[in-house]
Amino acid sequence: MKKHHFTWGGLYLALVFVILYAPILYLMIFSFSAGKTMEKYHGFSFQHYADLFADGRMITIVINTLIVALLASLIATIIGTMGALVIKDSRGTWRNSLLSLNNVLMVSPDVIIGASFLIFFTVLGIRLGFMSVLLSHIAFCIPIVVLMVLPKLNELSPTLVDAAYDLGASRWQALSRVVLPAIAPGIFAGYFMALTYSLDDFAVTFFVTGNGFSTLSVEIYSRARQGINLEINALSTLMFFVSLLLVIGYYFISKHSGRRNRIVAVKEGDAQ
Amino acid sequence: MRQKVFFTIPYTLWILLFVIAPLVLIFYQSFFNIDGQATLGNYATYLTSRVYLKMTLNSVWYAFLITLVTLVISYPTAYVLNRLPNKQFWLLLVILPTWINLLLKTYAFIGLFSQTGTVNQFLRFVGLGSHQLLFTDASFMFVAAYIEIPFMVLPIFNSLAEINPSLINASKDLGASQWQTFTKVVWPLSLPGVKAGIQAVFIPSLSLFMITRLIGGNRVITLGTAIEEHFLTTQNWGMGSTIGVILILAMFIVMFITGEGRQKGGHRE
Repeated sequence: MKKHHFTWGGLYLALVFVILYAPILYLMIFSFSAGKTMEKYHGFSFQHYADLFADGRMITIVINTLIVALLASLIATIIGTMGALVIKDSRGTWRNSLLSLNNVLMVSPDVIIGASFLIFFTVLGIRLGFMSVLLSHIAFCIPIVVLMVLPKLNELSPTLVDAAYDLGASRWQALSRVVLPAIAPGIFAGYFMALTYSLDDFAVTFFVTGNGFSTLSVEIYSRARQGINLEINALSTLMFFVSLLLVIGYYFISKHSGRRNRIVAVKEGDAQ
Repeated sequence: MRQKVFFTIPYTLWILLFVIAPLVLIFYQSFFNIDGQATLGNYATYLTSRVYLKMTLNSVWYAFLITLVTLVISYPTAYVLNRLPNKQFWLLLVILPTWINLLLKTYAFIGLFSQTGTVNQFLRFVGLGSHQLLFTDASFMFVAAYIEIPFMVLPIFNSLAEINPSLINASKDLGASQWQTFTKVVWPLSLPGVKAGIQAVFIPSLSLFMITRLIGGNRVITLGTAIEEHFLTTQNWGMGSTIGVILILAMFIVMFITGEGRQKGGHRE
């Protein structure tokens, strides 16, 4: 594989990449077509982007989606970080059951989460709409944050915290000056992950959203059921670049956290 | 001490309210019929009705096929990827599509597969004629497999990457052919990754409902589609919950069978 000579493996891989990326490129290319369908390219045009930005309903939904995602991932990051600290402090079977409970929402199929949350909100009398969607997003983002923060907490050498106490730090000072800065990369990674989970969620939101409130995924679903609409293509091109930015941000953070580890983590190998 | 309590409360509340309560509620709801009377009728209906049993078998069969197709495509991909010079970069390229909204990827196939869509134009061009592609079982499975491929490639890639190369050299030194090295050394050692991948693909395949709606055209009814229909269309929450309980059971069975895969080959980035 050193030089570019032909291999069957390389050909196979090229084919897989074509399959993986063709549909995405296809969507993006047709977003610039002057036509109305995804059949024939009718020459370059920004028409669908203009339509998209003139579409008040769509703009409202984009804003709704962003508000829910930013709020939900922020709150989930706070609660999730607390959760990771709680799990870190726990021992034995209690710790294991906390971890299993934490992972329930990670492994449950989305329909189950959606349906059970729908029953839950109905029982509590919470009206379906912004609040129910926000609460659901916070709920399913928390375990992601916990899973991102916990390894960083496990890497943190206990002697550092002990040193802080020996030097007269209060519990709060030890937390805010030693523990939180050390696990910050994990917290940021968790926030980013939660953000993407929230932005992308369809199934759970679909169950708990009611009539008045909609997010992007739900809106795309209902428009896609009516057929092709190149405004969605324009939207997908924009969303592709947002995702790309998020990926770059996420990898930057994890890379950064890698460098940080080597400085902070004295003791290695007890992660997990 | 106060700080500890302060930390424990929100997280514990979350566990109680959003993990335990919903599961208890869906189980509880499954014992009520559409008029709100307590009954075992939902389970009786489920276990005696041909429609529900057939739907369940169908759903499991489709999930099995989707998982198989995904595995057949993903294993060689992971294998080839693992031998490339910049393998982490190529892996990143495989994973990148998972960051793109699921709905948009599915939507792309509505255009690609439509009667006058690009795939049919291509088929006509090579002289195969146009076919009904959208709303068929095959297109449903193709799109589902398309979406699941990265989730299968990742764990297999990780377990392949963990294999000590000296084991493969040893096998070759001892006179094994390439095929023997693969079947006796590489494949067994990559099994944890395969199991983790199957787990990551099979359970969502049982419950996906928007692909069945958009691509399968309501021809394919999975457990997920049935739950969605009972909850949001017919408003028969009891029966929907019963199917939900069945789906949770199915999930546990899958996790039990593919059990040890999770710890070894699973999470690692």
